[in-house]
Amino acid sequence: MRCTVGGVTDAITVSGLRKTFGRTVALDGLDLTVRAGEVHGFLGPNGAGKSTTIRVLLGLLRADAGTATVLGRDPWRDATDLHRSLAYVPGDVVLWPTLTGGETIDLLGRLRGGIDEDRRRRLVERFELDETKKGKAYSKGNRQKVALVAALASGVPLLVLDEPTAGLDPLMEEVFQRELAALRDDGRTVLLSSHILSEVERACDRVSIVRAGRIVDTGSLDELRHLTRTRVHAVLEHAPSAEEVAGWPGAHDVTVEGDEVRCSVDAEHLGTLVADLGRRGVTGLTVQPPTLEELFLARYQGTGSTDRERENEAQPA
Amino acid sequence: MTAATAPTAPATPRIPVATRLTGFGQLLRLAWRRDRILVPSSVLGLVLFSVGSAQATLALYPTDAAATAGLSSVLANPAVVALYGPASAQSADALAVIKTVMLGAFLVGVLGLVVVRRHTRTEEDEGRLELLGAGVVGRWAPLAAAVTLATAAVVAASVLSALGLAALGMDPAGSAAFAVAWLTGGLATVGIAAVAVQLASTTRGAGGLGFGALGVLFAVRAVADSADPGTVLHGLAWLSPLGWAGRVEAYGANRQWVLVLGLLALAVGVLVAVRVLDHRDLGAGVIPVRAGPRRAGAGLAGPLALVTRLARGTIVGWAVGMVLGGVLVGSLLGAVTDMSGDPAIRDLLEKMGGGAGGLFADVYVATEIHFVAAAVAAAATALVLRLVAAERTGQGEVVLATATGRVRWYTAHLVVPVVLTAALLALLGAVVGLVGPTVTPDAPTFGESVGATLAALPVVWLMTGVAALLAGALPRFAPFAWGVLLASFLVSEVGPLTDLPSWLLDASPFTHLSTLPAGSFGWVAALVLTAAALALMVAGGVAYRRRDVA
Repeated sequence: MRCTVGGVTDAITVSGLRKTFGRTVALDGLDLTVRAGEVHGFLGPNGAGKSTTIRVLLGLLRADAGTATVLGRDPWRDATDLHRSLAYVPGDVVLWPTLTGGETIDLLGRLRGGIDEDRRRRLVERFELDETKKGKAYSKGNRQKVALVAALASGVPLLVLDEPTAGLDPLMEEVFQRELAALRDDGRTVLLSSHILSEVERACDRVSIVRAGRIVDTGSLDELRHLTRTRVHAVLEHAPSAEEVAGWPGAHDVTVEGDEVRCSVDAEHLGTLVADLGRRGVTGLTVQPPTLEELFLARYQGTGSTDRERENEAQPA
Repeated sequence: MTAATAPTAPATPRIPVATRLTGFGQLLRLAWRRDRILVPSSVLGLVLFSVGSAQATLALYPTDAAATAGLSSVLANPAVVALYGPASAQSADALAVIKTVMLGAFLVGVLGLVVVRRHTRTEEDEGRLELLGAGVVGRWAPLAAAVTLATAAVVAASVLSALGLAALGMDPAGSAAFAVAWLTGGLATVGIAAVAVQLASTTRGAGGLGFGALGVLFAVRAVADSADPGTVLHGLAWLSPLGWAGRVEAYGANRQWVLVLGLLALAVGVLVAVRVLDHRDLGAGVIPVRAGPRRAGAGLAGPLALVTRLARGTIVGWAVGMVLGGVLVGSLLGAVTDMSGDPAIRDLLEKMGGGAGGLFADVYVATEIHFVAAAVAAAATALVLRLVAAERTGQGEVVLATATGRVRWYTAHLVVPVVLTAALLALLGAVVGLVGPTVTPDAPTFGESVGATLAALPVVWLMTGVAALLAGALPRFAPFAWGVLLASFLVSEVGPLTDLPSWLLDASPFTHLSTLPAGSFGWVAALVLTAAALALMVAGGVAYRRRDVA
């Protein structure tokens, strides 16, 4: 089932987005689709182009090429109108030093066109935010909370969160996760940029992995897992011989030590492997699907530093 | 957030001075690396100001006799003395530096203040000092590095100016005394800055304290210097480091020993600063950040309300300054009119910014407005450049991600300075118009005063427009708005007394200031200037709408 926001099934569609700063290529043909009503994880290491993408989606930067549509609108042309339906939390929140947290939340709510009082009160309570402190006096985590409360308390259909939990402690991170789940139940769309993989794994319906200004993978976690091998560890009554191991389809990095077998196997061959193991008398079996961390590393392994890669692309030899 | 000044705070254990200064050399190099453009170009500007102005004056009045005939009587006028300090002697040399001794000592002090603040409170405010402080860096090292660089800048500007003046063939002992005058004002201000950045807990607060102190010291000196010699009031100048700069009497009495006062003020300032530093937390000041309201008032809605609210301290500070300045200018009118019999005086005052014709008091008020217009334009420039500052910190991004359009955000940053400058000038005019007539019947009336100050608006707005265009179109070069403002003011200030080319004079908007209340109001010039200001602002807005904001 697919939800709609303002009559569109995709909250965000981006295709072929390109943005350069001088000789640095920040976005290099980026495609991204965020469906209405989903929490979409936007993953990538520092400098991969996450924040640049978000700034284009907010209409702060103008793309050199490609198209971006947010809630059916062109973010560059219709920025102001679009922003009535959108709330944003930057990765590094800087507050006005002379305004208190409470004043800042009210101000941002009013600038956006309204704030839900009940939700505001509840969020301030849950995040244990002292609203009377001046912007200058907040720690990084508390500044983040001010911005989060302001964004989450608004009734907008789309939230764009750029590494929103960077300064939060584990307790507050938990509060954030619960609020995120509530947003999803509410049918709202969230684009969550992060490099905290456990957070994304827990909260997101689908993820997109960005590298060097391009999306290298996108889909649900199950779909992504399907593309990556599952690790299998078995203790057997009858250990296989080297020839038998070589005949296993889709199995890689097989090691046999006494009665213990370890290997990783392509998802589509998992059934065949388990059946074969069963015939050998299994006394212990662990099948571990890839964690997001492994998925993520698999997309980056052997490619070296992405920053260097991008520099090389930007500076023709 | 309060500093640990309570008596219950544990005494700081004795740490060797060398340990407290660990990393000083590294930090000094870092400060120099960051300021390698700012400091040398400011020093060069100040040297050009002093030497260029002296050379031009000497070219016009080559002999003592010519200078005395042309200038001395006007410079004995209390109102002029209030601005420029006392003339030290009736010689060409003394008159060649009359405009630069006091103004220069003030500007050298501003440079010192800016440098100290940049490398102490600003660094602390933005969290960078925490990064450094966690490394092998002694507690005193950042302050020591900032004070050292600021002192070096003050010394360089003073000594190079003196060498330049001596190279013009002016009296070497007098030139040394000139350096002493600048050094005294500059070093004392560095000491004041060292304390201010410890007391305030924000960059802006430190600026308010530092510039506020400088303003008060200038006012104290102005009142004292324009009093009759020998009176107690006249002696009050010794309370102000800027007063000391005047009492050096370069090319006159040449009191070089006054330098001791400047060095003492610096030493006392640094000692007090270190004492406060040892007893406070990193990031805190002595003036604590208080808690505020839980909810925003109903008025805090929309970009204009936000920009106004953020400028509240600035607005109040400038309003107080205008009232004090208006009282000063108005009350000095009595002294001015005593001198009005001398045609030479009038001729000179007219050249210095007043206009032809009218009462002498009117010419004097017009001259003062010239200065005030530059100060008010500086306030407007600072407010416009907050658009760029907000962009750098990310505060602008947060606002622009709401339903606030770029044009509204940009416009809010122009409406505040445009309205504020009008209000400030009207306020000054009103105070002068109220105080003046109580002192002398020759003073301009209330209406004339307000009209005269408001007539400066087109020029102020034009400078606002320059800042707006830079902020809107070329944010990286926005600080150049300060350079344009300073150059425009100095050209029009020094220009008429010298043989600067007329195209250069005409290029400065300040040359086209109305000469009210002395002269007449040029409607055409005012309309052209206002239209140009508007065009600059619109052009900046068009560019701002089209460019990346990040």
